[in-house]
Amino acid sequence: MISREGLINTALVFGLLLVPLWAHFSDEPYIVTLSTRVAILALAGVGLNLALGLGGLVSLGHAMFFGIGGYAAGILASHAQSYTPLFEWPVVIEGTQFMPVIWLVAIVASALVALLTGALSLRTSGVYFIMITLAFGQMFYYFTISWPAYGGEDGLSIYVRDRFPGLNTLVPIQFFGLCFAALMLALVVVARIARSGFGLALNAARQNEARVRAVGIEPYRLRLAAFVISGAITGLAGALYADLNRFVSPAMFSWQTSGEIMVFVILGGVARLFGPVAGAALFIILEEVLGGMSDYWHIWLGLLLLIVVLFARGGLIGLIAGQARRDSAGEGGGHG
Amino acid sequence: MAEPVLKIEGISKSFGALKASDDVSLDLVPGEIHALIGPNGAGKTTLIAQIAGSLQPDRGRVHLEGRDVTALDTVARARAGLGRTFQISSLAMEDSVLQNAVLGALGARQKPLGLFARVMKDRDLTEVAMQALREVGLEEYAKFRVADLSHGQRRQLEVAVALTLQPHVFLMDEPMAGLGAEGSAQLVPLLQRLKSRAPILLVEHDMDAVFQLADRISVLVYGRIIATGTPDEIRANAEVREAYLGEEDAA
Ligand SMILES: Nc1ncnc2c1ncn2[C@@H]1O[C@H](COP(=O)(O)OP(=O)(O)OP(=O)(O)O)[C@@H](O)[C@H]1O
Ligand SMILES: [Mg+2]
Repeated sequence: MISREGLINTALVFGLLLVPLWAHFSDEPYIVTLSTRVAILALAGVGLNLALGLGGLVSLGHAMFFGIGGYAAGILASHAQSYTPLFEWPVVIEGTQFMPVIWLVAIVASALVALLTGALSLRTSGVYFIMITLAFGQMFYYFTISWPAYGGEDGLSIYVRDRFPGLNTLVPIQFFGLCFAALMLALVVVARIARSGFGLALNAARQNEARVRAVGIEPYRLRLAAFVISGAITGLAGALYADLNRFVSPAMFSWQTSGEIMVFVILGGVARLFGPVAGAALFIILEEVLGGMSDYWHIWLGLLLLIVVLFARGGLIGLIAGQARRDSAGEGGGHG
Repeated sequence: MAEPVLKIEGISKSFGALKASDDVSLDLVPGEIHALIGPNGAGKTTLIAQIAGSLQPDRGRVHLEGRDVTALDTVARARAGLGRTFQISSLAMEDSVLQNAVLGALGARQKPLGLFARVMKDRDLTEVAMQALREVGLEEYAKFRVADLSHGQRRQLEVAVALTLQPHVFLMDEPMAGLGAEGSAQLVPLLQRLKSRAPILLVEHDMDAVFQLADRISVLVYGRIIATGTPDEIRANAEVREAYLGEEDAA
């Protein structure tokens, strides 16, 4: 039997797939591009949701990973475009426009940075954790602004979208397909993690740290692992976003970006597997509809966010699927 | 007497001017229930916390199975075989009863937790967990959310999770508090059976249960142990009667 939330999730997947397909055949490339944005931003949110929803880690620094993924793509592509190697010593490392390699670099680099920043910031909790993750993100932001080698404040352009074997990534619907596939893969990975032993313990540590310690499991290590996986997923989203816009800039690292990623998660429903998908879709729709009517559409977004936080903690998905928070570790849970 | 499984020596702990533990020494031998009684605020929970590792003593040592574990943290002590139940139920409230028990079994297994396999489909873990739930009489509630349980049921689950750990020592902080007469009557035979699996350091206010169960009793008052002995010795001890038992001794 499929639950109501399962139905919503299925509808979201088909919606996200059918809208751009329809747009493609009706010759509306702009809508395909918008859908691609939804998929990529949702992916960034899926990354954050693992830390925030399952781990209870309120990170305001996820722009850091988004930016690192973006700059991984931008830097590698810029070297490939100018035929200058990144390093000549000790080994020659060339730039590349080959997406699988770029993604791998984006994922590994974000994971490493998540490991280092997480190892420090996870020693704190609550407001301090929020502040430290924020500070790390801002460090990267100011660093890229003041680092002239890769465009500084002006950012970097990717003149021709990076390549993927067997596809023409310049065709919007094909690039959408890649982003959609990445999103689906991440959702499967996060769903599996949520139902694993690691997920059970991580989720329990969010609810009651003393309990987890008393059974001989160290919450710090769980959270660090979650932070790393979370950062890697958001990093991959950053690399795709760079290719969508064919441009990266320090703005990817800004705290506003961290805030937006968190808004997707909260709008859609914290700890709901598909929350970020619903949230990112709603965000983009609002941006298009309200943004067309007024330059101050963020006020309305803020109001909506306030309503969600005050009256609908389960977000959009919670509102439709019923309030009870789905126990993220799977079986059991509700009994009625 | 057999080698003690748990031995604490000269534990002292102050909170400012308050001496919550004052040079406390006691031990726990195989097969026994050692009850720790004392009035509210005597420092029982504080002592349990120092044995379990969540609170560092100012002075004194904790030995588990002959090994000095004073420097180890809670996680390492749990892994070394200490199974603690909390006075105030400490559970994952949004999770199901079974998930809480599986968490215990998962921790006790001391293997990698697994990142992709479905933990609730792991037969080894769910069997240990269900067995523990059966022992405390919660098997019918396996699928309930902990938040939907009654207070007494949460106390039972607290004991069940400790069972899944298959510890070498049980540290139980008022497992019967709030259970009611019926609940206590259910738990007494369980603890009676458990002590042959692993000795129990039992903090309890329910004097009927204590005198029924305990092989030895230590009385803690203002952080000091004022007497240790068999239930009969404690009943007869004038200092204890004066300091603590009072009218309850009439029973
Ligand atoms: N972290 C702390 N900081 C300051 N004082 C504390 C702290 N923890 C406990 N105390 C004090 O230490 C004393 C002993 O407390 P403890 O909780 O160990 O008593 P107890 O014997 O378990 O009592 P009860 O039977 O009510 O559970 C109390 O006076 C308490 O207020
Ligand atoms: Mg107490």
